[in-house]
Amino acid sequence: MKQHLLEICYLIGSVTFIMGLKMMGNAKTARNGNLLGAVGMTLAIFGTIFLHEGEVPGMIYGLIFASIAIGTVIGWMTAVKVQMTKMPELVSMFNGMGGLCAALISLIEFTHLIHTGEVAPIGTMIAIVAGLVIGSVSFSGSIIAFLKLNGTMNKPIRLPSYNMINNIVMLAVLVFAGYVAVSGGSMILAYALFASALLYGILFTIPIGGADMPVVISLLNSFTGLAAAFGGFLYDNKVMLTGGILVGSAGTLLTLVMCKAMNRPLSNVIFGAFGAGTAGADAGSSTTKGSTKEASVSDVAVLMNYSKKVVIVPGYGLAVAQAQHVIHELEMLLEERGVEVKYAIHPVAGRMPGHMNVLLAEANVDYGKLVEMEEINPEFATTDVVLIVGANDVVNPAAKNNPASPIYGMPILEAENAKNIIINKRSMNAGYAGIDNELFYNPKASMFFGDAKKALTELVAELKTM
Amino acid sequence: MEQILSFFNDNKEMIYFIILSVFVGVEVIGGVPTVLHTPLMSGANAIHGVVIVGAIYVMLNVDPTDTLALILGFLAVLLGTLNVVGGFVVTDRMLEMFKKKK
Repeated sequence: MKQHLLEICYLIGSVTFIMGLKMMGNAKTARNGNLLGAVGMTLAIFGTIFLHEGEVPGMIYGLIFASIAIGTVIGWMTAVKVQMTKMPELVSMFNGMGGLCAALISLIEFTHLIHTGEVAPIGTMIAIVAGLVIGSVSFSGSIIAFLKLNGTMNKPIRLPSYNMINNIVMLAVLVFAGYVAVSGGSMILAYALFASALLYGILFTIPIGGADMPVVISLLNSFTGLAAAFGGFLYDNKVMLTGGILVGSAGTLLTLVMCKAMNRPLSNVIFGAFGAGTAGADAGSSTTKGSTKEASVSDVAVLMNYSKKVVIVPGYGLAVAQAQHVIHELEMLLEERGVEVKYAIHPVAGRMPGHMNVLLAEANVDYGKLVEMEEINPEFATTDVVLIVGANDVVNPAAKNNPASPIYGMPILEAENAKNIIINKRSMNAGYAGIDNELFYNPKASMFFGDAKKALTELVAELKTM
Repeated sequence: MEQILSFFNDNKEMIYFIILSVFVGVEVIGGVPTVLHTPLMSGANAIHGVVIVGAIYVMLNVDPTDTLALILGFLAVLLGTLNVVGGFVVTDRMLEMFKKKK
């Protein structure tokens, strides 16, 4: 009886996951979709606990409830407190937790098998080993991604011939995993496999540049989904299977979509990183160097005040400086004076696709003012002033005209076509991809140095006096 | 060969199930506007937290005298909860912002 009820809970859970994810694809229903998924998840979790058949000591129930309670409090507090700009690293962190959870489940299954001396069928062994390896890679990879996004580790670290080393380590881990699955393994082998998979996760992620982290997180996200699915296979648990595979396939597709937005094949992100092109960019940079102009607050204010159309290009610098509210103020001020203002959103602006939209929505910017790249590009020619705030690589013309550049081929916002280009940056340092931007040396461009929030606040104040 | 065939035969329902789920996953995500990619990734992140069901199942079947397994199980449930709760709450916060504009 209980077993049947549990199966029904799992069925409902699976359906809510599918419907929830579907609803999240539409801005209107997205929030309810997420809630629906949460309801299904709660049902599956409590069903598993209360509809369990067989004697279980109270102490174990105590442990389960204690750990759920602690996890809920910590998870909730972290999620509620975190700033919107820190969202990508938080997602990465939670993803890592899920991966480690899957790996631990496999480790427990190992201790169980070793204890009882049972010989598990090969299918079971494969599921256990795969959950262990994929979960561990996802965990250590996510932690590195987290550290990179929050700036603790911001330079890609490349061992000499890292590609070769990574591939050898990957092969070694796979062969080792195969051996453990076939031989049945021992506890020591299980720990060794755990450790080597963790190592591979680190090696896999460290050479990848910060700008590519969203792609990596999305990929690791689908890894964790896959690890959960193997768990489902192991326990013949349908809700784990549906949830896991759904995320596995959806995550993979999302990863590919993101790569497409950057016009770089996935293999290029993982294996090529920005490594191959860096030397070329260095060589080319000496030729693009010219002189830059600097604009003062009043220069910028006058220019904007008397223009008809202003396009704002927000980048991660805006997010870091928490300047999304000030920029909205600037936008409203200009609109009051009859200036048409739009935001040009590059598909990978910020640290995740759509990240910039989330940030600007937080500041109450009208949804209709956010214009995607394909639509805004033809409009730059009729734009009087383009204000680039904390963005760099997404407006770098080198992506179009310098085949030696590491970002060559990435679609960009064609800001260079506007009549005047104002670039707000903290300094002349290169952008996240670590390459020079010839746009800064364009005769139409002026540099407006300063922290985005401070500089824009001064700009708004200056405009108000006019 | 024999082994592979019998593995397939023993698990054929499961294999159908997996293949169909892959298609559902692809179908569900197709055509989502770029603006929703971040919340969607975050939502998918919360959903794979379903791995917690496996962690609870393991805990319910663990030998109460096996301290190591108990500790690992406790940790696994904790991590799974973080993934689920944190994931859904963060996604909700992101999506809340899309709603604010009337």
